[in-house]
Amino acid sequence: MQTSMEKAVKEDKKAGSKSNSQSLAQMFKGNMRQYSMIIALVAIAILFQILTDGILLRPLNITNLILQNSYILVLAIGMMLVIITGHIDLSVGSIAAFVGAISAILMVNYEMSTFLAIVISLLIGALIGAWQGFWVAYVKIPAFIVTLAGMLLFRGLTMVVLEGKSIAPYPEAFQKISSGFVPDWLGGTNMNILTLVVGIVLSAILIINEVKNRKTQLKYKFDVTPTGIFVAKIVGMVALVNLFAYVLAIYEGIPNILVILVVLIVAYRFVTTKMKAGRHIYAIGGNEKAAQLSGVKTKRMTFLVFVNMGVLSALSGLLFAARLNAATPRAGNLFELDAIAACFIGGASAYGGIGTVPGAIIGGLVMGVMNNGMSILGLGIDWQQGIKGLVLLAAVAFDIYNKNKAS
Amino acid sequence: MRNITKEFPGVKALQNVNLKVKEGEIHALCGENGAGKSTLMKVLSGVYPHGTYVGDILFNEKVCEFKDIKQSEELGIVIIHQELALIPYLSIAENIFLGNEQVKNGVINWNDTSVKTRELLQKVGLNESPNTLIANIGVGKQQLAEISKALSKEVKLLILDEPTAALNEDDSENLLNLLLEFKKQGMSAIIISHKLNEISKVADSITILRDGQTIETLDMKKDNITEDRIIKGMVGRDLTNRYPKREPNIGETMFEVKNWNVYHPSRTDQKVIDNVNFHIRKGEIVGIAGLMGAGRTEMAMSIFGKSYGKKIEGQIYKDGKKIQIKDVNQAIDQGIAYVSEDRKGNGLILEDDIKQNISLASLDKIIKNFVINEQKEIIEAEKFREKMKIKTPSVHQKTGNLSGGNQQKVVLSKWIFSEPDILILDEPTRGIDVGAKYEIYTIINQLAMEGKGVLVISSELPEILGICDRIYVMNEGRITGQVSREDANQETLMKYMTKMKV
Repeated sequence: MQTSMEKAVKEDKKAGSKSNSQSLAQMFKGNMRQYSMIIALVAIAILFQILTDGILLRPLNITNLILQNSYILVLAIGMMLVIITGHIDLSVGSIAAFVGAISAILMVNYEMSTFLAIVISLLIGALIGAWQGFWVAYVKIPAFIVTLAGMLLFRGLTMVVLEGKSIAPYPEAFQKISSGFVPDWLGGTNMNILTLVVGIVLSAILIINEVKNRKTQLKYKFDVTPTGIFVAKIVGMVALVNLFAYVLAIYEGIPNILVILVVLIVAYRFVTTKMKAGRHIYAIGGNEKAAQLSGVKTKRMTFLVFVNMGVLSALSGLLFAARLNAATPRAGNLFELDAIAACFIGGASAYGGIGTVPGAIIGGLVMGVMNNGMSILGLGIDWQQGIKGLVLLAAVAFDIYNKNKAS
Repeated sequence: MRNITKEFPGVKALQNVNLKVKEGEIHALCGENGAGKSTLMKVLSGVYPHGTYVGDILFNEKVCEFKDIKQSEELGIVIIHQELALIPYLSIAENIFLGNEQVKNGVINWNDTSVKTRELLQKVGLNESPNTLIANIGVGKQQLAEISKALSKEVKLLILDEPTAALNEDDSENLLNLLLEFKKQGMSAIIISHKLNEISKVADSITILRDGQTIETLDMKKDNITEDRIIKGMVGRDLTNRYPKREPNIGETMFEVKNWNVYHPSRTDQKVIDNVNFHIRKGEIVGIAGLMGAGRTEMAMSIFGKSYGKKIEGQIYKDGKKIQIKDVNQAIDQGIAYVSEDRKGNGLILEDDIKQNISLASLDKIIKNFVINEQKEIIEAEKFREKMKIKTPSVHQKTGNLSGGNQQKVVLSKWIFSEPDILILDEPTRGIDVGAKYEIYTIINQLAMEGKGVLVISSELPEILGICDRIYVMNEGRITGQVSREDANQETLMKYMTKMKV
C-alpha cells in the first residue's frame, strides 16, 4: 500500500508540472455545447443569408430581428433560471398577456402616467410569480401542474379584464420603449455616430476586462488559453461588436429595446456566475438534497426564481404590448413554448442543474433567425412550426449523444 | 456455487466464494455489512448476468449461465430483495402475476388470476382480498405477498435477503414458521439475516462470508453452534496496520445531546430515536456502532438542522451552553458539519466541479461585496487538493468523474472548509478501497489532533474499533451500550447491537 500511495503522489506531481496552457482540443471539448451552438447559429444565419439573397442581414432586418425577438429573449432568461432549478413554467405567455392587458387599462382607460403604470405592472408580475412559487416551492406541487393551471387561469383573466376586446392605442412614451431608438446626441446625419462610439467604448471595455482576467489567471498560475487563440478571440469579438454597431448605425441606431436586453443579459449573467444566489440555483438543480444539507435555503430560492420569472413575464408582456401598440386577448400565445425551446436549444438540461443565460439567448436567436428567415422566404406558418420542432429535437439529441459519448 | 469472483470498478466484492445448498434445507448466509452476501445472491439469481463474474453456478448438478432473472426463475430460483419490489398502487393479484400475467388469447383472464391468487394467499396465510391495493396493507403482509409472488413461479430455491429487517416480532415469527412449513414440502431456501436468533431457529447450515470470501460452512445440528460461535466467524480478522496510529489528546466535553427524541416524518406516532444521550469531548473520536436501521443516520440528521424527522425534542449543548438549531444554516454557523453516508445522493453535486462542491457550504468565505471571488475559490480548492491528496488533474474536474475515495475527500474538504468544531461522519469509508480508507482515517486523526470533536457512524466494526476512543452502540433508536476503547471488542459490540427492547 505504501508503494501505491507513493506512486499516486508521483502521478500527482506529474499532473501538476504539466504546462499551464490548455490545448485547443481540450478547450473545445470542455465547452463543446456552447461553441457548437454558436457555430450552429452562424451556420443558420449564413444559410438564410444565402437563401434570402442577402435580405436577412440587412440593417433594417437586423433591427427587426431584435425587436421581434426581444420579448421571447426576456422570457428565455427567466425560463433558464426556472429550468436550472429543475422546474418549468408554462404560464409565462398568459402572464405576459394579462399584465399587458392591465397596463392598457391603467394607461389607456385610466390615463395613468406611463412610469407608474409600468411599475404597477411589474409588481403584478412579481405577485403572480409569488403565487406560483408558493405552490411549487412550499406546497411541493410539480411546477408543470401549477403553471399549467396558471396558463389557463391568467389567459382566462386576460379575456375577463379585456372583455374579449383589444385596448389601444397606448401613449406615445410607452410605444417608444419597443419602437424607439436611442437619440443620436452626437448629431450624425446619414449615420448614427453615437452607435459607433458605443461600439468602440464597448470594445475597449471588453479588451481591458479580458486582459485583466488573463493577468490574474497567469499570476495564480491557472490554466489559460494559448496567447495566439486569446488574441484571435479578442480580435474576433471586437470585430463582431463593431460590425454590429456599424450595421445598426447605418439604419436608425440603437433600439431602446436592445439597451434593455443587454442590461438584462449582463446582469443575469453576473448573478448566475458570480453571486451566491446563482450558485444556489445551480446547486438546487444539480442535487436538491445535497444543496439543502449544505445550508442552501432550497424552498426560498425556488420561490424567488418563480417571482423573478413573474417579473420578467410582465416585462415581456409590456414590451409586446408596446410593440403592437395594443393589448389583445391573444397576446403572448405560445410564448412559453418558444422560451422553453430557446433554453433547451441553448444547452439547458431537462433534469436541471445545467444551462447558462448566454445559452438561452443563443437558443432564442437560433429560433428567431429561423422564424425571420423562413418568413422572408414566404414559408407558411405550418412549415415553420414543423421545422422548428425538428431543430429543437436535433439540438437536444446532439446534446445527449455527446454526453453518452463522454461517459 | 463454485469459486465465484465478482469485481466492481476498484473493489473485489467476491473472491473465490463457495456456497453449497442441499436440497430441502434452509441455508443461512451470514456476514457483516459489505461482506458480499447480497452480491453473491445477485450473481446466483442472474441480476449480474453470466460473464460479469468468474466461476460456476451449478443447479441440480448442471452448470447454469443465467443471462437475466427470467432465466434463473425458469429453473425455480427466486430472489426476494431487501427492498420489496411491489408496486403500491396495483392490487395484490396484479402484483403477484406482474410479468407473468394469466393470459388467454392475449387477454388477461382475471377470474383465473383471482382464483390462483386466493390459493397462493391461503398457502402463506395472508387473509386479504386479491383486489386489495398493496399500498393499503402493512409491511408484514407485503412481505407475504412478495412470497406468494415467488410461489406463483414454482420456486425450488427461494432466496430471502433480510426478510425480517422491516418486520415486528409477530410478523417475523410468522414468516419464519412459514419457511419451516415450506421446508417440509421440500423447498430449499437461502436466508440472509443479521438476526442471529432467527438463524439459530430456522437454519440447517450456515455459510459465513467475510470481506468477499467464504470463511466457513457450519452444520447447525452436528457442530452444536451457538450465537457466539457465529459472531466469531463473522468478525474474526486481523486488525494490524489497517489504521494509522494516534496518540489521543482528549480535552473537556464540548458537545452534548440530552434526552433526544425524534418521530418518524410521516408515521408521526412512531418514535425513531428514543431518549438518546451522548457527549463528545475535545479531540475525541467517538464511534456509533449499530446494524442497518438502528437509527444512527436519523439521529445524526435530526441533530444537523432538523434534516430528518418530526416532533424533535431534546437539548443540545455546545461548550456548556445550550444552543438552538432550527435549520442547516444554523447548524453550520454553530460549527457542526455532517458528512452524509450517501455521498452521491446527499453529499455532492455530481454535475458541478470540485471547487464548486468544496465552496458550497461556505460561500461567504469567498464572497466579497456580494461577488464570488473565483480566484480565491480555486486557490482554496487547490489547497484541499494537495492536503487531502485528491487525485485529479485539476479542481475544474466534474466530481461525477472521480472515484469513490476521491469523491469522499471532496465532501470532507467541503466540510473542513466550513471550519466546524464537531464533525459527524456517516459511513465515511463506505464503498472505497483500502488505500483510500487509510488516507481518510489519517484525515480523521488529523481533525481530532486539531481539537475538533469527531463522531463516526460506521457499520464496519473493525473500523470503529480501529479509530475510535469511545463507542456508543445503537439499536432500535436507542443507545444500548457505551464502551471505552480498552474494553471494546467485536463480540461485546455485536451483543449490544442485537440487544432487543425488553
